Amino acid sequence: MSWVIAFLAQTLRIAVPYLFAAAGGVLAERAGIISLTLEGFMLGGAFTAMLGSYYSGSPWIGALCGIAGGLALGMLHAVATIRFKADQVVSGIAINLLAVGLTRYFLKLVFDSSSNSPRVPGFSAGTSSSALVTGLLHNPLIPLGLLIVPAVAWLLYRTPFGLRVRAVGEHPDAAVTLGVSVTRVRYAAVALSGALAALGGAYLSLDQHQFTDGMSAGRGFIALAAIIFGRWDPMRAGLACLFFAAAETLQIQLQGMQAIPSQFVQMIPYVLTIIALVGLVARAVPPAALGRE
Amino acid sequence: MSDATPTTEELATPAPIPSRTMRDGIVEGVLPPLVALLVSLVVGDLLILAVGQSPGAVYRLMLEGTWGNAYGFGQVLYKATTLTCTGLAVAVGLRAGLFNIGAEGQLAAGGLAAALVGLTLPSGTPALIAVPLCALAALAAGGAVGFVPGVLRAKWGAHEVITTIMLNFIVLAFLSWTMSTRLRVPETLHTRAVRAGALPRLDSWLASFHGSAANASIVIVLLATMLIDWYLFRTRGGFDLRAVGLQPDAAENAGISVGRTWIRALTISGALAGLGGINFVLGYEHYYEEGFATGAGFLGIAVALVGRSNPFGVVLAALFFATLSQGGLAINALVPKQMVDALQGVVILAMAASVPEVRRLLASSRKGVR
Repeated sequence: MSWVIAFLAQTLRIAVPYLFAAAGGVLAERAGIISLTLEGFMLGGAFTAMLGSYYSGSPWIGALCGIAGGLALGMLHAVATIRFKADQVVSGIAINLLAVGLTRYFLKLVFDSSSNSPRVPGFSAGTSSSALVTGLLHNPLIPLGLLIVPAVAWLLYRTPFGLRVRAVGEHPDAAVTLGVSVTRVRYAAVALSGALAALGGAYLSLDQHQFTDGMSAGRGFIALAAIIFGRWDPMRAGLACLFFAAAETLQIQLQGMQAIPSQFVQMIPYVLTIIALVGLVARAVPPAALGRE
Repeated sequence: MSDATPTTEELATPAPIPSRTMRDGIVEGVLPPLVALLVSLVVGDLLILAVGQSPGAVYRLMLEGTWGNAYGFGQVLYKATTLTCTGLAVAVGLRAGLFNIGAEGQLAAGGLAAALVGLTLPSGTPALIAVPLCALAALAAGGAVGFVPGVLRAKWGAHEVITTIMLNFIVLAFLSWTMSTRLRVPETLHTRAVRAGALPRLDSWLASFHGSAANASIVIVLLATMLIDWYLFRTRGGFDLRAVGLQPDAAENAGISVGRTWIRALTISGALAGLGGINFVLGYEHYYEEGFATGAGFLGIAVALVGRSNPFGVVLAALFFATLSQGGLAINALVPKQMVDALQGVVILAMAASVPEVRRLLASSRKGVR
């Protein structure tokens, strides 16, 4: 029984950043803007959250600063792709590289380190990974991460804004004839995706009480994989996040046993995503206007 | 066209938008990189001023540390060699209308394949046999990794942007597993040194390059550049590839198999990225090391964009980004070298934003002519 609880707790901890990033990514992608940027949003959010917490002494302020960092990067991506009609894939890669570069530069500038920040106030006590209940109490981002996915599903399917997001992502021309501003809806969706993914990043730095160089470590791409595997539906994407996190937990817990090489477990999200795209199980079809002007 | 007297046919049809002139083509090719350079200079100035240094002094130091001495220049050449390969890889994909983001995995696979052949060959193998074999292995491994997303796109319509990203992680995990079996020298991340196929450094010909990593793979990579330029612009296959990139439907109607062209383009693309592996493995360290490819794949996208997907433009762009990367080390005493990481992102973003902007401006100025 304790093993099950430990397993669930660790899965949850690994899943939270995926959940935030996937929730944000679904919004942007459903509005027609490709979410290769999630990785950069997370890294930027992790850094600004650490910075906020360092200067204010409060992880809450830190989390807000994380959101602000994500909003800034999100707006940059939105201006490039919507105002200047930059290729969304290229802009996404640029944002990712920019996030890596800027966080490294300011890490060096502020803390004179090329690897990590000093210890900052964070959320979790960070003592034992099995403390599911205390973890929940200590780190408000964990329950928030679990709630964010249904919240985005509600936003997307039950609100006028969500209807507009979906319209803009599927048939932008039709949306225009109905008086919807494609530009404004897309700006909002990309900004929101930046803020949400950045909260996932903030979770990382506030949970570990410090920022380390490149700490997003591909999580943004796992979130993107979850979005595609979940066929661009928030709830299914959320479940995919949990599933990928469970596989990772299993790999960590089985590490001593050498049953399956860890590298093959690491491949699971990516292989499943390709299978989903190829349509062996159920074909993943992206929003019709994804990546188009 | 606008100078000629209008024929009856032209008068009968509504006035078309004047076609692109040669001048427009040049402007469209050259202006965006200049804009990107300018924007990155401005951002660079801000980052330099933020630490209280003078931009002029920093940029001068950057030039002195790269093009100003033989060692620095050798390092630029070394870095540009790998970037040329990943840049060419992305460029060939773009010419076919495909986005290969998998150069990182393809480069790593090429490097390991070259090292494996170099490790397997008997130590006395003459370079004339060993080097081509190792290079072929690198091409084949990279090509195999590129072939997969090609097939996934052609047969099942799976978008290559996503599949190449996912394959990066899969390939790197697979290579890491391969290394973990028994290839790694204990306590390190690299293999033993290759027994055959090692390439000479440039300092064995020109002593002033001493200490720099520049090596004979430059020659091989430049040959590959010329070959790919010839292929793209002088052969039937290259014509088909570009036709598919410009107008897949029209190409299909003209009897070109779009799917097969996609597979061919991504295979060539992967092979070119894979070839880059010899620069590190055969030319520099003489072993494969995990992580040697990190960053070079994504920078290849920047190189291809700034080089406008033209093979020789790619070489110039590779030199630019290599200068930036090596220049970071030169200025580290004044400004954190991490500044150049940020500038790389700025260049790509400015490039991505200015390409469509310049195109729009040209189109509207053409309309204005009439």
